[in-house]
Amino acid sequence: MVIKRPVIGAHYGLKDWLVQRLTAVVMLAYVVGVIVFLLASRGGSYEAWQHLFACSWVRVLTQVTVLALLWHAWVGVRDIWMDYIQHTGLKLAAHTLTILWLVASLVYSVKVVWGA
Amino acid sequence: MSATRPKHLAIWQIRMPLPAIVSILHRASGALLFAAVPFMLYALQGTLSSADRFEAFRACIAHPLVKLALLAVLWAFLHHACAGIRFLLMDIHKGVELPKARASAYAVLGVSIVLTIVTGGLTW
Repeated sequence: MVIKRPVIGAHYGLKDWLVQRLTAVVMLAYVVGVIVFLLASRGGSYEAWQHLFACSWVRVLTQVTVLALLWHAWVGVRDIWMDYIQHTGLKLAAHTLTILWLVASLVYSVKVVWGA
Repeated sequence: MSATRPKHLAIWQIRMPLPAIVSILHRASGALLFAAVPFMLYALQGTLSSADRFEAFRACIAHPLVKLALLAVLWAFLHHACAGIRFLLMDIHKGVELPKARASAYAVLGVSIVLTIVTGGLTW
């Protein structure tokens, strides 16, 4: 029997649901870290902030968090399109534009995090 | 299920309960944050740039309209984070009873607005 499936479904699994939650926890941990830094350095001076981001491990954690953010955003925004756009062609277009937006953000984030 | 089941989808007549408002605002704030991603990255770049470019960045975000936009993104982040923590707790079956769920929905709305005002006030 052939099951008719839309080409742009959620892949019918637990994976995306779980990814959304795990990436949320990663982002929360990062945000707690940044808040602790800001409180410890009393608002975070320009010098202290620059000094912090001179550390490779801070850049690595930031890049990992950006990846988590983009993956999280993909699951969430795709859910929105799936809920409100019924037309398959329009939905496919929305998904494609969303992916382009996120991939462009990823490329830009590498420049921001690792640039001089 | 019968296709003729009664429906009442007059959205303007339905009074949304507080947890529903928190839920739809979680979605709306998430959509706003999605749109704001490149601008947040631009802001991070601004804070990390060399001293003279940092001054130019400071001048850019000093514009009242930019400040208002930052305030909107700040609220969206705070609401999305607070409501997200609430949903994560509910996923592990914490606070799912109606009175607790209502109270936590109240708390999410209140805390995110108060934190937006406090942080906005401190940094304006």
